[in-house]
Amino acid sequence: MAERNGPVLKLEGVRKSFNIGTPAETEVLHGIDLVLERGEFCALIGPSGSGKSTLLNIIGLLDRPTSGRLLIEGKDTQGLDDAAQTRLRGHSIGFVFQYHHLISAFSAAENVMMPLLLDRGFPNAAMRTRAEDLLSEVGLEKWKNNPASHMSGGQQQRVAIARALAMKPALILADEPTGNLDTKSADDVFAMMRRVNVEQGTTFLIVTHNMELAAQTDRIIEIVDGRLRESHGAA
Amino acid sequence: MSPFLPFEVIAAFRFLVEGRRQSLLTIIGAAVGVSVVIFMASLLAGVQANIFNRVLSTQAHIVISPPEEEALPVRKHEADLDIALVQKPAQRLRSIDQWQAIVANLRKRPNVTAVSPTVAGAAFAVLGDVANPVTLTGIEPAGFFRIIDLKEKIVSGTADLTPEGILVGTKLAADLGLTVGEKLRVRTNKSADSGGDQTFVVDGIFDLGNRDANERSTYVPLRAAQSLLGLSGGITTLSVNLDDPYTAETVAEDLRNSLDVNAESWIKTFEQVFTALRTQSTANYTIQFFVGVAVALGISSVLVVSVVQRSREIGILRAMGASRGRIRRVFLTQGATIGLVGSIAGSLLGIGFIVLWRLFARNPDGTEFFPITLQPMLFLRTGLIATMTGVLTALLPAQSAARLNPVDAIRG
Repeated sequence: MAERNGPVLKLEGVRKSFNIGTPAETEVLHGIDLVLERGEFCALIGPSGSGKSTLLNIIGLLDRPTSGRLLIEGKDTQGLDDAAQTRLRGHSIGFVFQYHHLISAFSAAENVMMPLLLDRGFPNAAMRTRAEDLLSEVGLEKWKNNPASHMSGGQQQRVAIARALAMKPALILADEPTGNLDTKSADDVFAMMRRVNVEQGTTFLIVTHNMELAAQTDRIIEIVDGRLRESHGAA
Repeated sequence: MSPFLPFEVIAAFRFLVEGRRQSLLTIIGAAVGVSVVIFMASLLAGVQANIFNRVLSTQAHIVISPPEEEALPVRKHEADLDIALVQKPAQRLRSIDQWQAIVANLRKRPNVTAVSPTVAGAAFAVLGDVANPVTLTGIEPAGFFRIIDLKEKIVSGTADLTPEGILVGTKLAADLGLTVGEKLRVRTNKSADSGGDQTFVVDGIFDLGNRDANERSTYVPLRAAQSLLGLSGGITTLSVNLDDPYTAETVAEDLRNSLDVNAESWIKTFEQVFTALRTQSTANYTIQFFVGVAVALGISSVLVVSVVQRSREIGILRAMGASRGRIRRVFLTQGATIGLVGSIAGSLLGIGFIVLWRLFARNPDGTEFFPITLQPMLFLRTGLIATMTGVLTALLPAQSAARLNPVDAIRG
């Protein structure tokens, strides 16, 4: 069982190499130690090629570290098989991507339901209600039956946030969530994530290039050449 | 979303509907394949049933005759064989020994549906100074008609033989200018004094659908033939019908071994026909197989493209907690759906083809070439095979979808 009181995320000496055993072997992450406490609202910044995406994938259980430990809600992920990792990912982590990535064959509400449906297997009325509640939280209740592909970028990103919240995950990983939006929509989306963080205590780790945005978070974690450099706690 | 359908089925349907043009083309492809298989199989079944019918309507399943007469060498020592020539004797017309006992034995067997004793031999049908060679067959009408339904083949007169009646074929009737009610003399190689010359009245004229048979076959009451052929109380053949004609060869073999008679099945008699039919079936199955392969490749290629197109969505689903198994089943369900819908549409199309065939493929006189029947089992089997094919061909794309690394998939 996951601990409800310890840190949401703990990395201990996480290293990641690619092309292992070939002349092209490169280590991208050189021993990352990181702890994210419950309710933190953090930004992860760093230049291109610094290892941001690799780190995010490892934290999101989409990739495995070459060495080191990764604990999600106190649960050691080392040695978990693919099915167990998938289950842990589904329950503990929500994703928001730059290109929102809704499933175009489903409506907005159905997209929000998707993590619940994947978890239980069969749809039910409670899932539907939860999805509609989440959509109204992000101000899209009127759009619930719209096909995902018929919405604007800002709207789709809000649906994606609602979807990330469906399983009430402890941690939401957002990869450039506003990178593809105009300023107004970007501000809306950011404000929404902040509100969820405050109201529900969900931990956020937001990867961004936008320093202005990063400055509005509580903590900025900078990654340079595969090593972490804690910058500062924002306001 | 229906609460009774699992995620896999819902997603498979949505994906198929979203890519409806692609799905429709694949389903049409599968349907055409299925319809061809159904139409060809029905046609073949029709042709073969027709041929069997024609063969079996003029032929008993098993014909029992006396064992062949063999000449015995005078000397029996092997050392003398190189100087002894054993000449095969000409086969005389003989009766089956103890034929009543054999009939009783046959009637006790559960798979035997009819037994009819007949006596058959060579004779001449004589009218004025014309003498046509014929095969004279003496029958017991009631039993014989259960094996060869002459009643159905009568074109004029009746099949009900009177004691002095004779049934002749259309060709013989035409050659001799016979009509029903006219007299016809039949002569054998027995002398007139010993009953080798009798006059009959034509009771009926039949058409066996075969020129030779219509020219040579004549049927008279058993007793009359016995006296004409000099076989009082004897019979030359026993015609036997079985509940399953395809077991004829096995049963014939058993009879040969157990009864010391010569028993020949219709399968042996018409071996060439059988070989031809088997070849036809093999050719048909080969075509069906390749049609199946073509359909399978069609379904598979569309699903492979679909996996590539949806790789990003698959990645997102995996990130959201979809197991590899779920992803695999989504694509397997798509394959099965294409196969199933394709086979339903293909069955309807196949029925359409069969109906068209029945409407347009007709003899000059407007009758059907041969009857094609719709076989429910064929539809069921084809549907099942098509659905299985859909699932099997989806295996590869489904596996590649399940194996997608979510990171690579999302990055595209």
